[in-house]
Amino acid sequence: MRGRRDRQCDDHRGAPLSRFDVLIIGTGHAGVSAALHLRQAGFTGSIGLLGEETELPYERPPLSKEYLTGTRGREDFRFRPAALWAEKAVTLNQGERVEAVDPAARTATCVSGRTFSYGELVWTAGGRARRVPGAHAIRTLADVDALKAGLETAHRVLVIGGGWIGLEAAAATAKLGKEVVLHEREPRLLARCSGKALSDFLVAEHRRQGVEVRLGAEAPNAAEFDLVVAGIGIDPEAGPLLAAGAEGGDGVLVDECGRTSLPNIWAAGDVALHWNRFVPERPIRIESVQHANDQAASVAKAIAGEPKPYAAMPWFWSNQYDLKLQTVGLSHDHDEELVRGEPGSGRFSVLYRRRGRLIAIDCVNMVRDYVQGRALIERGGVVDAARLTDPDVPLKSLVE
Amino acid sequence: MTDLIINVTTRDGHARAIQGQEGRSLMETLRAGGIEEILALCGGCCSCATCHVYVDEEWASALPPLSEDEDDLLATSGAREANSRLSCQIPFGPALDGIAVTVAPED
Ligand SMILES: Cc1cc2nc3c(=O)[nH]c(=O)nc-3n(C[C@H](O)[C@H](O)[C@H](O)COP(=O)(O)OP(=O)(O)OC[C@H]3O[C@@H](n4cnc5c(N)ncnc54)[C@H](O)[C@@H]3O)c2cc1C
Ligand code: FES
Repeated sequence: MRGRRDRQCDDHRGAPLSRFDVLIIGTGHAGVSAALHLRQAGFTGSIGLLGEETELPYERPPLSKEYLTGTRGREDFRFRPAALWAEKAVTLNQGERVEAVDPAARTATCVSGRTFSYGELVWTAGGRARRVPGAHAIRTLADVDALKAGLETAHRVLVIGGGWIGLEAAAATAKLGKEVVLHEREPRLLARCSGKALSDFLVAEHRRQGVEVRLGAEAPNAAEFDLVVAGIGIDPEAGPLLAAGAEGGDGVLVDECGRTSLPNIWAAGDVALHWNRFVPERPIRIESVQHANDQAASVAKAIAGEPKPYAAMPWFWSNQYDLKLQTVGLSHDHDEELVRGEPGSGRFSVLYRRRGRLIAIDCVNMVRDYVQGRALIERGGVVDAARLTDPDVPLKSLVE
Repeated sequence: MTDLIINVTTRDGHARAIQGQEGRSLMETLRAGGIEEILALCGGCCSCATCHVYVDEEWASALPPLSEDEDDLLATSGAREANSRLSCQIPFGPALDGIAVTVAPED
């Protein structure tokens, strides 16, 4: 008895031990979705939502868009009003960072020394922006507050990284009237996730808006700029689970309901390495709101006793200048890229096929193709290229 | 500031009156009012249709017209009705004070 008390004192440094039937780590899209979907599925046990940030849970997409340009304020993209958490009996624990998980004891220990114990643990810790020394990152509200403060006096801005975040940052800073250089190491933009037609279009568009786009070159000397922003990707926050023996590597591996290989531990969102039914070859991670929300919903349903494997159609959007960019499906491993419509008109779509089957569509100001293409990808049949690329043939007419 | 009201019927049939906020979209107002069924995953950029509501017929004429994008996106919903709208595409203000909406079923 005595020994146990001593150990508790030692472990918790005097802080109260907190136990939750479900403890969710991370207050981002996936964490919030898991909490709300648990209640929606009728789960009545205690729920703790724990995260290192001190801001009330908020959405990330506006950070590199409307919040950066100042058209939306910080109160405009909270997930839910503060009162809802109390109404749903979800206990928010903020400002705590978990550094270790003990699956046998079912505890999560924080950097502060506080320990939480759980019945089920849902790991939705997302990813950490890769940092470039001296450069701003865009991952959290705090990052963007710092960036905005820096931009007040900056004229010449260097954006490193021609992926979605870098492109959005370039568009937003250009809109703020800055002189912007966008640097991408690869010979084209969005090299990791989109085809050449979209890259070429975006290079032209950013240049038209006054951004100096530099491709495939050495990074310019940062000293020539007043401010540097880097959007060079994230590393998944899977450390404590991997250290506890979870399967994974680039993220933590989960099954179709979000179970990790550790008992009573689940994961979802940016951190979750999973077999997606749209990519048969290997497990992948997906960094999108759709994925974070829907995969976490699967976890919640499984915990609540109504398992529903995660099989949602992937979708994604981005806004740059007046461009509405939308993607449906996953273009990984495509072997063919088709263009539908005229890129020069500013309204067109890029269709990706693998062995003749349509697997994804990137749409530029073409909501119609985006919504109609979904059914075509879902159906998975082989579609004739000539009909796919004829803008006068509505995609929905190709769904049999 | 005068109190603006939105009358909302949630999916389980409960009627709630929430406070409207001028200058925000109907979607933002519903979410800020605690209507958690409005997922609004895309944050209002007309990509997700998770902000789908039915607007009471008598308010139809007070609404901005349906854009082509909104129409296209609504067309993908199995729950679409003649009075379906994406609440993120409707700016809220005094002209809509008292508007009655019902959250559409999940697709
Ligand atoms: C600037 C920006 C713009 C984006 N734009 C789009 C877009 O337009 N469309 C789109 O679909 N997606 C977009 N995304 C991607 C989308 O926001 C992410 O995919 C989504 O947020 C992932 O949710 P998540 O819950 O997995 O992780 P996150 O949202 O990253 O949440 C994880 C949370 O866990 C916390 N955490 C991490 N480690 C610990 C720990 N050890 N202990 C406690 N807490 C911890 C973090 O602080 C964070 O709050 C954007 C992302 C960013 C950053
Ligand atoms: S919030 Fe996504 S379409 Fe309205």
